[in-house]
Amino acid sequence: MAVQHEKRVFGYPSSLTDAPFHYCPGCTHGIAHRLVAEAIDDLRLKEHTVGVASVGCSVFTYNYFNCDMQQASHGRAPAVATGIKRVSPETIVFTYQGDGDLASIGTAEIIHAAARGENITVIFINNTNFGMTGGQMAPTTLPGQKTTTTPLGRDVKKAGYPLRVCELLSALDGPAYLARVSLHSPKEVLRAKKAIRKAFETQVAGAGFSLVEVLSTCPTNWGLPPKKALEYLRDEVAKYYPLGEFRDGPREVEACSTR
Amino acid sequence: MLHQIVCAGFGGQGVMLLGQVLAYAGMLEGKEVSWYPSYGPEMRGGTANCTTVISDSVIGSPVVSNPTALIVMNQPSLEKFKDRVEPGGLLLYNSSLVSEYEPKSGIRAYPIDAGRVAAELGNPKVANIVVLGALLALAKPVTVSSAKKALEMVLPARRHHLLSLNYAALEKGVELVD
Amino acid sequence: MERKLMKGNEAVGEAAIAAGCRYFFGYPITPQNELPEYMARRLPEVGGTYLQAESEVSAINMVYGAAGAGARVMTSSSSPGISLKQEGLSYLAGAELPCVVVNMMRGGPGLGGIQPAQSDYFQATKGGGHGDYHLLVLAPAYVQELVDLVQEAFDLADKYRNPVMILGDGVLGQMMEPVAITKYIDPRDLPKKEWATTGASGRRPNLINSLYIDPVELAAHNRKLAAKYQRMCREEQRFQEYCLEDAETILVAYGVMARICRSVVDMARHSGLKWGLFRPISLYPFPGDALYDRAKEAGVRRVVTAELSCGQLIEDVRLALDGLVPTELLAYPGGLVPSPAEVFRQAKSERGALNGCSA
Repeated sequence: MAVQHEKRVFGYPSSLTDAPFHYCPGCTHGIAHRLVAEAIDDLRLKEHTVGVASVGCSVFTYNYFNCDMQQASHGRAPAVATGIKRVSPETIVFTYQGDGDLASIGTAEIIHAAARGENITVIFINNTNFGMTGGQMAPTTLPGQKTTTTPLGRDVKKAGYPLRVCELLSALDGPAYLARVSLHSPKEVLRAKKAIRKAFETQVAGAGFSLVEVLSTCPTNWGLPPKKALEYLRDEVAKYYPLGEFRDGPREVEACSTR
Repeated sequence: MLHQIVCAGFGGQGVMLLGQVLAYAGMLEGKEVSWYPSYGPEMRGGTANCTTVISDSVIGSPVVSNPTALIVMNQPSLEKFKDRVEPGGLLLYNSSLVSEYEPKSGIRAYPIDAGRVAAELGNPKVANIVVLGALLALAKPVTVSSAKKALEMVLPARRHHLLSLNYAALEKGVELVD
Repeated sequence: MERKLMKGNEAVGEAAIAAGCRYFFGYPITPQNELPEYMARRLPEVGGTYLQAESEVSAINMVYGAAGAGARVMTSSSSPGISLKQEGLSYLAGAELPCVVVNMMRGGPGLGGIQPAQSDYFQATKGGGHGDYHLLVLAPAYVQELVDLVQEAFDLADKYRNPVMILGDGVLGQMMEPVAITKYIDPRDLPKKEWATTGASGRRPNLINSLYIDPVELAAHNRKLAAKYQRMCREEQRFQEYCLEDAETILVAYGVMARICRSVVDMARHSGLKWGLFRPISLYPFPGDALYDRAKEAGVRRVVTAELSCGQLIEDVRLALDGLVPTELLAYPGGLVPSPAEVFRQAKSERGALNGCSA
């Protein structure tokens, strides 16, 4: 029998370190990390990339991404990324932020980075609660959803309504790419992979601000086994937060006369 | 030698520029100088003032409560500052806008009809420079020629076509009190 | 040497550029607006970047990112805005990032006022944000000194990998004095920062971080920081003396208040009183050793602290003197800058007339 040359079709992304993830069983952070690392690998960006870790469950991303990293204070990752990008426009800068970080304390930073069309990539993990601190209500918590600070379910009359970040940012001229994806099935994971890659490509092309909102599970704080959590993600979360691309390509806006 | 000069008036009357010309001229003569303006909301259409210190030695406080010379370009500034002039000091006021004033003893007060003189020169905006000329003649903090050089440095290049008008205003101010 | 008449705020900007700073992240607040305005105009001329952030919070975090990327970077504000930057300053100190932050102080607390004050002394010198850290704090009194110290601040920031604060006030920012800037550094000539996050090409990845989840590691990190601050205390105490040789009364003041006190000393000497001035230039580290040495002289009867605040500087004065001689406080809060005559009159009375709460 003739010797067949083996072709590598799947492997461990070189943009991930070999440190084991600290995430809970069934949490989809690990998948999201891998998708980001694969995009960096595919585009051969590892040696030119600087990541910005945020505060939340993903606070330790600097242990997992095998590139230069900065740790930002709570919510400020887009501002930190702006500082890095302005100093080194040739580096690829991404932030990895949860919904407590980005959609609550960091709303000013994300809105203004997007409005500036800052040429950075934001990976936004929306799992509808503050995971690291023990499952409190986030701005993204669904109406009626139970958390430790909405023990009877989120009452919108008292706690208000969730923020839809992609829709919010799509009102701005600054963003070049905005997409919401979900990790509830292999098919959706593949779609997410494409979106994340596209976001990095947007930055490489110098087109401007890109953000991918990744709907993600939190089995521990949702009080659901991993499989049920995926179903909740599909049936409830992805229903409230419609999937799709909200911006695909930079907008041209004509300047007003100087006065 | 220590000159502590306060210039006060409406925003737009050029009191800040007046103080800066003095400071610049002092610097050109190799003296120690400082210029300190009032700032903030009071500058938005209200009264503005600045303090210029010209000295032979290191300047201590750039903030002055009792000036050796006071220039007031409008009535509210006179009311605000008239009692603060140092005994033996000088008070020049723009009599085109400020009513006749009897100073307390020991203060030399000079009405300068700066608005009218400036208008006769063809531009009421140089009233500040007319008063500056009078100050130079009376207190001699810097020479007229230094002040002319300073005007050239303080006025932006796009205003340099107005230099000869300003020189004329300066000389007119000197003549008024000579 | 060509001298130019410059506003303090603008002089800071030119001095920073001369020191090789090419990045400035700003936000408007009175009385420091001329600085961001100057940088917005001037930085593009030298290939730099000015960016107006959406808040002081964002600005200081942009500084964090830029400092971590290895650049000389600056931000500025005035008291209320500096309060907003405290979180970021704690992170910068924790992650050991060099930068220069300018505070042109105005009166507080709260929105306070916009006139000159020195009421952020505690905030500047004792940490300000959370955690065991210090900024290196320099307090110029003259516009030329402001220029010199801004340039030095960038070197000190890099030397210690620590934020350096220039603590000025509304007077210093707004006033004009002649300045000369003689040395211009090309940022490309500065030593490369091997720890910076510039993309891990041909080396292991770099990490800019202030998180030490293991208490043993955090304790070690804190000890390392403490050793750094101790080194600052040994090597960076700066001060100026005026007429101290035979002084019986020592005035202690910094910034604009020190200039006023210099005039007060002249008045006192003129009327035959043996007064002198001790002017701290570095506020952290406080030049306490030198102050103690001067106060130890036989003729010294008392030390009078004069400040545009209600008894902040005097705490460091008392710590330094440790009961050696009686201390008095002249406190001028709220943006009312006193005249030399007023200070002289009050300092002459046996106990300062405006003694604050801690006197």
